[in-house]
Amino acid sequence: MFEIVRRAELNPTVTLLEVAAPLVAKKARPGQFIILRVDAAGERIPLTIADSDPEKGTVTVIFQIVGATTEKLNHVPAGGCLADFVGPLGRATEIGGVKKVAVVGGGVGCAIAYPVAKAFFEAGAEVHAVVGFRSKDLIILENEFRAHAHKFVLMTDDGSAGEKGLVTDALRRLIEAGERYDRVVTIGPLIMMKFVSAVTKEYGIPTVASMNPVMIDGTGMCGGCRLTVGGETKFACVDGPEFDAHLIDFDEAMERGAMYRDFERAAHEATCNLYRMGESKQ
Amino acid sequence: MNMSKQKNPMPTQDPAVRAHNFDEVAKGYDAETAENEADRCLHCKNPACVSGCPVKINIPAFLQKAAAGDFEGAYAVITAESSLPAVCGRVCPQENQCEGQCVRGKNGDPVGIGRVERFVADWHNEHAAAPAEKPVSNGHRVAVIGSGPSGLTCAGDLAKKGYDVTIFEALHTPGGVLVYGIPEFRLPKAIVSREIEGLSALGVRVCTDVVIGRTLSVDDLFDEGYEAVFIGSGAGLPRFMNIPGENLKGVYSANEYLTRVNLMKAYRADSDTPVMKGGRVAVVGGGNVAMDAARTALRLGADKVYIVYRRSMEELPARREEVEHAMEEGIEFLLLNNPVEILGYHNPNDRRDPKNGFVTGMRVIRMELGEPDERGRRRPVEIPGSEYELALDTVVMAIGTSPNPLIKSTTPGLDVNRHGGIVVEEETGKTSLDGVYAGGDAVTGAATVILAMGAGKTAAAAIDKALGAR
Repeated sequence: MFEIVRRAELNPTVTLLEVAAPLVAKKARPGQFIILRVDAAGERIPLTIADSDPEKGTVTVIFQIVGATTEKLNHVPAGGCLADFVGPLGRATEIGGVKKVAVVGGGVGCAIAYPVAKAFFEAGAEVHAVVGFRSKDLIILENEFRAHAHKFVLMTDDGSAGEKGLVTDALRRLIEAGERYDRVVTIGPLIMMKFVSAVTKEYGIPTVASMNPVMIDGTGMCGGCRLTVGGETKFACVDGPEFDAHLIDFDEAMERGAMYRDFERAAHEATCNLYRMGESKQ
Repeated sequence: MNMSKQKNPMPTQDPAVRAHNFDEVAKGYDAETAENEADRCLHCKNPACVSGCPVKINIPAFLQKAAAGDFEGAYAVITAESSLPAVCGRVCPQENQCEGQCVRGKNGDPVGIGRVERFVADWHNEHAAAPAEKPVSNGHRVAVIGSGPSGLTCAGDLAKKGYDVTIFEALHTPGGVLVYGIPEFRLPKAIVSREIEGLSALGVRVCTDVVIGRTLSVDDLFDEGYEAVFIGSGAGLPRFMNIPGENLKGVYSANEYLTRVNLMKAYRADSDTPVMKGGRVAVVGGGNVAMDAARTALRLGADKVYIVYRRSMEELPARREEVEHAMEEGIEFLLLNNPVEILGYHNPNDRRDPKNGFVTGMRVIRMELGEPDERGRRRPVEIPGSEYELALDTVVMAIGTSPNPLIKSTTPGLDVNRHGGIVVEEETGKTSLDGVYAGGDAVTGAATVILAMGAGKTAAAAIDKALGAR
């Protein structure tokens, strides 16, 4: 069992958990992920590592409530335990050899974009963070980004904070203004990463996207996380989760991501109803 | 002596009933039948059955005890060589091993060795008085990577000799392929957990949720004070055919399909893990894994299930009993058929149509057998112009696996062959690294439970020889 030592709600749908997992904490690098199960009947879900503290022996994950499992996860209090927490899985972000990088994050993807930005910052690269959210009350990690980026651009869909618009608009403007990035790293919704990739392709900037497909074991055994990169089938869990964004078939990844949409919607509703019934009884 | 030419039949669930449940298909002999079947053994001077057994169980000796009703005695004879008799009695391909060599098989059925073995193991599990006692520790520590058949065997053999053994398992439940791969209806999971409890009683520790190559490296294990490491990490990455459409929704590797159902219990209403159920299903391949996937599809409520295999029934590698059971349950075998493309739904007018990207069928070409290849198997050749379409909702690829690179890529100096399998000395299981041994599918590629057990045994003996002298 893995204890949740700290729990914080970053916004109404995004929660941070700091979990006691000493072995994972010792090895975790930015860009890697873990797989957890909430309880014995739970499914295995991958979450990218947001932070780790080898001395305290803890690993931090940040998740958005999107389905039954994340709903359940959100109901585990601080001091409570998770049945399983395994990792670190996947390959770490390659930090070395980059002088100037734009880290482009969207929504809860910023939880993963942040440790990547921080790693580049600490390695001495010039870091520009471009982050986007739907609206002001969904913004996460703003102060953390500001502390680990030489330039910070905040975008919201509705203009309630920062500038109104998409991260791609901001990125294009920076490039057009003469910023010369030798790498762009993008982490967020597939549709956002697809368009970030399209922009950087125009300018020939090497770009890496962090993929988060459906997964079970996370060690290469099931192949459920496969995606097409440069015409070849790759497994996100062992070959990734980061890939050359210009080679990823994002349309296929979006379709595969929706494979269990009906099941997930029904399961989420059923789980919410259970919690509602539990609350009304109290 | 029972001179009947026929084996005592195995009582099984009615095919029409069992095709809709996950309960065990074969119900097992009762004591009287087991004694009667064991009494068919001729007690040959040079028993060919023993040479057919990968772990060399003294088969005539255990049959003699079983025939006399001394089931605990029979169990002791079996477990002198095998650590998982309840498993092997169920999943070994006996027709190619012990029973394939049995003299009685030359004129009639061979002795039902596997069926008696299963009865003896089940009898022991039901009646055994106390669990085995923990042996006195010899102070040596050994790490075992993976809790499948080879790892469990290696751990069990070493623990019996007093070694302090820790098994590291990547998944949340120990058992490896016995838990994630082989379905409940063929190998009830209660049997596997019982075997693992037996190891715990011997003092073996099992650490789940640890991926060697990620959470810890092989070098870390030596730094932690382990004196030897056995790698039994299993088969690894599923193969695909590299034909168009394999990433459509509704295409699974057999590993994923079976893991969702067996390990994650997607067949039960209380599981949070989804799997596609019902409709028309094709399983590509002809091994035991293909049979398991096809019969699982049926139990998940499929209307129609096909096995698509490119060679003929003669070359089909699955265990005979599984093929017979699959046919009885109504699975259709499309032999000498090979997929060329998997077809999916695409609505050209609506990119948001929720049906987009789901499987609708498969283009298949008929094959004929040509000249034998270097291994003597007749090569399947496409019959030009014989392509046709099969309407489908789900496709499961059960065409084998390639070794997992995780341990190799994080263990400098560990040699692998051109297929990625770990190179070992056959007599000892020793790898290119000092103190590191390996066995099972991580070495051979996909093979059988009993061969993996044999490799675990070999390595345990070699580790004991190396460490015992210290």
